[in-house]
Formats: sequence, C-alpha cells, structure tokens
Amino acid sequence: MAENFGILFQWLIFLGMAFVSIVASLLVITRKNPIHSALFMVLTLLCVAVLYILLYSPFIAIIQVVVYAGAIVMLIVFIIMLLDLEVELRSKMKVVYSKIVGVFLALLFLFGLLYSVVAKPPTGEIGSLTPDRMANNVKTVGESLFTDYVFPFEISAILLTVAIIGAVILSKKRT
Amino acid sequence: MKLPDIDLYLIAPEIIITVFGFLVLLVDVFAPKGEKKGYLGVLSLLGVAIAFFYTLPLVGTGKTGFVEMFAADGFAIFFKITILIIAFLTLLISIGYAPREGIGFGEYYALILFATFGMMLMAAGTHLIIIFLGLETMSISIYVLAGMLRGDQKSVESAFKYFLLGAFATGFLLYGIAFLYGATGSLYLKNIASYIGSKNLLNHPMLLMSLAFLTIGFGFKIASVPFHMWTPDVYEGAPTSVTAFMATGVKAAGFSALLRVFFTALPAFQPDWTSIMWLIAVATMTFGNIIAISQNNIKRMLAYSSIAHAGYILVAFVAGNKLGTSGILFYLMAYAFMNLGAFTCVILLGKKGEENTLITDYAGLGFKYPLLAASMTVFLLSMAGIPPLGGFMAKFYVFSAAVEAKFYWLAVLGMINSAISVYYYLRVTVLMYFREPEREITGLSFSPAPTLALILALIGTFYLGIFPSNVLSFAQKSIAGLM
Repeated sequence: MAENFGILFQWLIFLGMAFVSIVASLLVITRKNPIHSALFMVLTLLCVAVLYILLYSPFIAIIQVVVYAGAIVMLIVFIIMLLDLEVELRSKMKVVYSKIVGVFLALLFLFGLLYSVVAKPPTGEIGSLTPDRMANNVKTVGESLFTDYVFPFEISAILLTVAIIGAVILSKKRT
Repeated sequence: MKLPDIDLYLIAPEIIITVFGFLVLLVDVFAPKGEKKGYLGVLSLLGVAIAFFYTLPLVGTGKTGFVEMFAADGFAIFFKITILIIAFLTLLISIGYAPREGIGFGEYYALILFATFGMMLMAAGTHLIIIFLGLETMSISIYVLAGMLRGDQKSVESAFKYFLLGAFATGFLLYGIAFLYGATGSLYLKNIASYIGSKNLLNHPMLLMSLAFLTIGFGFKIASVPFHMWTPDVYEGAPTSVTAFMATGVKAAGFSALLRVFFTALPAFQPDWTSIMWLIAVATMTFGNIIAISQNNIKRMLAYSSIAHAGYILVAFVAGNKLGTSGILFYLMAYAFMNLGAFTCVILLGKKGEENTLITDYAGLGFKYPLLAASMTVFLLSMAGIPPLGGFMAKFYVFSAAVEAKFYWLAVLGMINSAISVYYYLRVTVLMYFREPEREITGLSFSPAPTLALILALIGTFYLGIFPSNVLSFAQKSIAGLM
C-alpha cells in the first residue's frame, strides 16, 4: 500500500514538473520581454532539476540549479540589462517565411525524436550505476571522475583554459 | 576504487603540445613589451617538432591506454603525423603573418597549439567522450583564432558566425552521442559495435536517428553540403594563416573522427549511410566547384575549393573499402601540403594593410615574382589533379576506390567535377602569366619562415606525386585496426 502510494506520488511529481517545464519553455520563446523569457527559463531549468532527482541523480540536479539556473541565467539577465531593450520590445511578432520553415523543421525534429524513442523502447544495456549505487550519487560521480574518467577530466581542464584565454583575448583590446 | 594504468608515453605528444602551449603563454607574459616576438612562434615550432619525434616511436605499437579510451594505433598515428605537419607549416606561416597583422602575441600561438591538441585527441579517441572533448577543444580555439583581427569587421563576423553555427552543430553531435548511448549503453566504439551485433539492433529508430545526428555534426566540421554555409564567409574573414589551418587541420581531424566512429562503432549500418553519403558527396563536389568558378576573391575561391575537396574525400568514404580508406588518409596529407602551400602564396602576396586577395591582383605576377607565381601554379595544378603532383595521386586513389567498389557513377561524377575545377584553378594561372598587371604590387617582403613553409609544401606536393607508394603503403598499414 505504502509502496504504491510512493510510486503514485512520483508519477504525480513527474507529470506536474513535465507539464510546467514544457509550458515554461514555450513561454520562454514567446514572451516579448527578454527578462520574462529569462525568468521562465529559470523555471524550466528548475523543473528539469526535479526530474533529475526523480532519476536518482541528485548531483546533476544540484549542478543544474547552481550552474544553469544560478550562474548562466544570471549572466543572461545581466547582458539583457546592459543592452538596449527598447528595440526588442517595439518589434512586433511578424510571420516571416523563415519562421514558418523553422516551426515546420522543429516539429519534424520533435516527431523524429518522439518516434525514435516511443516506437521501440531504448535498448541500452543496464550499466553498473544502478539506483542502489546512485544513492551515494556525489561520491560515485567523484570516484569515476578521478579513476576511470581521469583522462577526459584532464582534457576538460584544458578545454576550460582555452575558453578563458579566448574570452580574455576577444574582450580585451591589445594592439 | 583504483586508478587506471597511466602510460604517459602513450600521450607524450599531446602532453608536449599542451606544455608548450602554456610555456608560450608564460614566456609572453615575462617578455619585454613592444617587441615583434617572433621567438614565440619559434618556441611553438620547437614544441611541435618534439611532439613529432615522440609520435614516431609509437608507430606500430598499437597500444591503448586509459581504460582503452585512448588508442595509439596506426590510424591515430597517421593522423597525428598529418596534424603535426599541418601545425608545423601553419606556425611557420604565422611567424611571418601574425606580427604583420598585429596578432603575433602568445595567445595566438598557444591557441594554435591547443587546437592541435584537440585534433590529435579526435584522431586517437576510442571513447566518444574523448572524441567530443577533443572536438570542442579544437573548435573553441578555432572560433577565437578566427576573430583575432579585432579591428576587422569581417574577422569578427567570421568568428561569430562560426561560433553560433558551430555550437548548433555540436548540439546535434552530442544528441547523436546521447542516442547512441541510450540504444547501446556504452560510449566505447568497440562495445557499441559488438552490442549492435549481438542484439541485432539494425533498423532500430534510435540508432538511425543517432546516425543522422552524427552525420550532421561531423558534416559541419568537414564542410560538406548542406552543412557548408559558413565556410566561405568564415574562410574569407579569418586571418589567412588561420584559414589555412582550418581548411586542412579541422578537415583532417573531422574526417579522422568520422572514419573512426562510423567504421568502428557503426559498421553494421554501412548500407544505410552509403546511400546518404553518396548524395552528400555528389552535392558537395558539384556545389563547391560550380560556385568556385564565379568567385573573385582568392580566399573565397579556396574556400569553395575546400568544400569540393571534402566531396572528393567523401567519394572514398562511400566506397568504404580498404583502398578508399587509405586513399582518404593519403588525400588528407596531400591536401594539407598543397592547400597550405597555396595559402602561403596568398599570404606572401600581401603586406601590412594590403591583403591583395582579389584574383585580379594575381595578374602579371609571373613576370614580377616568377618564383612565387611558379609555386602558386604548382599548388593550384596539384589541387586540380594534374600529374605528377600529389593531388593527382590522391584523386587517383579516391576514384579507383569508387570504381573498385562498383560506384561507377560516383567516380564519373567525381571526374567531371575534377574537370570543372581545372577551369578556375587555371584561370588564376592564366592571369599570372598572360595578363598585364592591373595595378602595381610592390614592396613584398619574403621573410624566411613563410618561405621555408613554401619550400616544404612544394617538397611535400612533389614527393607525394612522384613517390606516392611509401606514404600509401604506410596509410594501408595504418588502417589495419580500423576495419
């Protein structure tokens, strides 16, 4: 009885979060005020973070909130405030040829994705990271980063260095 | 919990390249200000040369390391040699070009080294995460390099365009990798292939979807039609030395990852991708060549010609046999020499504040600068596929692979395209030798480093054309582990 209740509860949370995240992401692309879009984006990202928790991945959920909902969206809001908003607010929603084509392609893409996942369920082999092991999620992630995945981890360090060098060189005038 | 076996000799070339990248940055910080700083380029050259000598002992060992994520098999070594040659020539050109354009500071050379590092990982990774990280390291370095000329609007536009479209294409690639993982539960290329084989997952929609995404992601990097839109603008706007690096290095690395992923992980889907790639190959060749005819800027012309060359290489990819795959390896090396050579000529014809990149600027060059014009002619003829130059042998292997695999129409279309391309390559040559100059181009300085690059490219182009068998047999040995 209690078990069933737990599953039902999970389902309800899943449906609620999925619904809210879809609505919010639609609002992100339809709002005229960019600040509103950014705030709806935070909502989308938070809902997705909850979905990660349902998938036994609290580490990714926390990273999602801290990095995406926190840092990145804050940067986006900063940039919007630094730029001139008036032009964007005044521009009216015009139905352009490219928009129609874009919507068509996006829908095609969506159906392709849905078909490929729904038509036949994913067949991936169940790996070593079962829900029991994922209970210590942060520990598991840390362990694999510093053992099996130590080489990719080091590469990503260089990748980040390159990105920082690039940001500095492109934003700082040097002649 | 236990660390994997760490064999540093296996990744010695990568380590050396990275260390020298940081060294160049550090030396730049402590160097006195206001100098020309040519020694930074020399230091980077030294790094590439040392990495090269640490790559050679790995030939034939076929070892893997880091929980089998990283392979030093023949395939990886061949591509690493090609990539290091490209980096070496690019740095040589840069020593002359970068200070002239005011971008000769440490970050420029360091980013070229880091991009080289990424390319080498793309060739050597047998785990999709390594390939992806290598691709990103390469791409981000190149986005920044393309926008280095900050005062030049075209350069900024080029960087921005490449960055936005590149990020979009990377998204597709990542989607493809995620689908592959969802369908097979592994990111090791070998495990993916064996899982598909054992569970008989052919025609599983998820795998087909991932195949499509991977084609888009890699197709963007190698500039194949219809994912080529960025190429002319980016190649035109970027600093010429970076353009040369992009046209040869990024293409070589992109093809290495494409070959590795498709032939190692998805060989079961060969019938599926063959038909798609057939169309892409024909479209890429035809589109590149026909648009190249109407260009009046040499950098744009070479951009469209590089699209066309991606098409020729795809012909061999469609053929999918041993001759075709070793032909791709040979082609990329020959293309590196002739294309870098051509771009070196373009750079040597310019001077500070005056790039002289219009094709009409080449009129009468044969009388004024006979040696420069002669080398440009050699590189253009090689690209057109005239014997006895490297480009001819490369095309010969590619088309005979298509014939061997019974893709007769593909080979015929390729040859027709090759004939079309002769027109615009020869047009430049005719201008150089049979036309009076429209305006005086004076005061060109032939600094030693780019001239050395020009000589090395000439030697490479002739060597691959006259003695192709050495490199070809090396390429044939190299692909043994792949197929």
